[in-house]
Amino acid sequence: MVRKFLLLRLVFAILSLIGATTVVFGLSHAKEDPINLFINADGYFIAPETLEALREKWGLDKPLVIQYTTWLGNVIRGDLGRSVASQRPITTIMKERWGATVQLAVAAWIFGTFIGIPLGVLSALKRGTSWDYVARFVALFGQSLPAFWIALVGIWIFGVWLEWLPVFGRGDTEPLTERWKYFVMPTIVLGWAPLAGYLRITRSSMLEVMDSEYVKLARAKGASSSKVIWKHAFRNALIQPITVSTLLLAGFLDGAVLVESVFAWPGVGRVSVEAVNSNDFTVLMGTVFIFTALYVVMSFITDILYTVIDPRIRLGTEVD
Amino acid sequence: MSTRIDFTLAEESRTQRSNSPVAILSSGWNFLRRWPVIPVVILVTLLLMSIFASVLAPEDPNKQQIFASLAHPAWDDDYYASTSGKFAEEKFGGRYILGADEFGRDVLSRFIYGARVSLMVALVAMVSGMILGAWVGITAGYYGGLIDELLSRFVDIWNALPFLLVALVVSITIGQGLLIMMALLVMLTWVGLVRNIRAEVLTLKTRDYIAAARIAGASDLHIMFRHLFPGILNLLMVLASLRVGGLILTESALSFLGVGIPSRIPSWGSMISDGRIWLDQAWWISFFPGLGILLTVMSFNFLGDWIRDKTDPRLRQSK
Repeated sequence: MVRKFLLLRLVFAILSLIGATTVVFGLSHAKEDPINLFINADGYFIAPETLEALREKWGLDKPLVIQYTTWLGNVIRGDLGRSVASQRPITTIMKERWGATVQLAVAAWIFGTFIGIPLGVLSALKRGTSWDYVARFVALFGQSLPAFWIALVGIWIFGVWLEWLPVFGRGDTEPLTERWKYFVMPTIVLGWAPLAGYLRITRSSMLEVMDSEYVKLARAKGASSSKVIWKHAFRNALIQPITVSTLLLAGFLDGAVLVESVFAWPGVGRVSVEAVNSNDFTVLMGTVFIFTALYVVMSFITDILYTVIDPRIRLGTEVD
Repeated sequence: MSTRIDFTLAEESRTQRSNSPVAILSSGWNFLRRWPVIPVVILVTLLLMSIFASVLAPEDPNKQQIFASLAHPAWDDDYYASTSGKFAEEKFGGRYILGADEFGRDVLSRFIYGARVSLMVALVAMVSGMILGAWVGITAGYYGGLIDELLSRFVDIWNALPFLLVALVVSITIGQGLLIMMALLVMLTWVGLVRNIRAEVLTLKTRDYIAAARIAGASDLHIMFRHLFPGILNLLMVLASLRVGGLILTESALSFLGVGIPSRIPSWGSMISDGRIWLDQAWWISFFPGLGILLTVMSFNFLGDWIRDKTDPRLRQSK
């Protein structure tokens, strides 16, 4: 059963990737002449014959289906094409920028999870106290504040006014002891929204579990308070936060684009914004592919986790 | 019997407490907690502000006045004292209430017009997304089987699309504009609704009244529109009010990146982006639109929570 489920998810993951790239490929032909996306004319006149030659060279004169399968074939062989603007291979660009995004994402994920979930538990256990209010306040702001604005306010307060933290880049040339400072603001800004999400969900599912019959039974049997909380309640309450991780992840990837753009973080998200500014369609297409792949892989991992943690879960039922 | 005693006790304690100022304060607080007064006031103000933007805004939001570049907000007396007479012909004692940006455009006027854009885009996208989502959700839930399977998988695949990046792609392949922005947000909204609506329809369609309608010879379309749609309306309202805030955030994020609403139309997101490079000299350019987004989104979230708690106890988060 589990194996079948995972196999289905794998098929679905591949379908998602094909779906996403099809959409983007379709978009590239939404305008009358896609060749304009692949050349960087910059106002220079290009002879019609040259255009024709390029069109043939890049296969843009062929039917859309052929173009797409050719592109997909190249991608499978690890070739994402070349950047329109710099003519460098996109895989090289991605390899250079990849690490920075992963570092930031992992830092923000740790921040969001390891503060959000404990704070959610605390908020549920101490319901109605000032702990609870503080936690809910944090969650409320995390869900209502635009990430890029928090980033700017942070830059203004901690960078410009107090001069405590650097405001852009990853500090690659700095010594290691100084480098962590570059991570502080981007991590908090990127991690705040998932933190809020985890907090709310953990709180509500913890409240629900604490109210359940089996927790009451454990209490009645005389299990110690901490044992009831951590062994009986917490482990069951964890299921919901894990279920929604995929949803949070999607927001996470969008957030990475914004945060990297504000803090000039040298990652893949920033590449995509730069690509828009320089009209670099092929690079943008590459980043869409990478981000979708990332999402699909991560949600696949979540699915596996999910079956490991809770064998009861009836496959195919959705939890909102 | 016991309820009567409880009632009289409650009555008694209420009369006892209502005299002290603390009691008045606490009953006021309880009223605020029970009814979403503050969010409604904020949202109604913003709505009125955006409807009457042309009357309320002290300036044309795109009027550039180079001499007023980075003019400070009105409460900065030192600044206006040092530039006496410079803005004599302007309204409000020659001061810019919330300051001006680098081109001397009035921040307050841009803020007011920006509210119009944010609210309009989000509400139009929400309503269109609701219609599309309800339609797909009802179809999937009602017919079930292969149609349901296909639609549900399609929704899953759609969810895997990195939305922001697709929006970036659209901005360079198709272009930018209000309509494109709305279309993008609709694309984001409808998928989020399908699952919930489908689940609701799955339970609704087993009810007796649906079976009765079918026996009476009602067509599929009739059942879907006349019997199922009213049944999910409640859920739809709750979901919509909970998610409008997210749409406003997304719109502002896209405008901030410069791929949303074209820059000739003032919007909160692009205002924040404009003020980025002036943070150290003119914080007000970015600060006020951000505050606007915060207040709007927070109000919608509060209102959504409230509507959810009032109408659908099953969706309620434990309090």
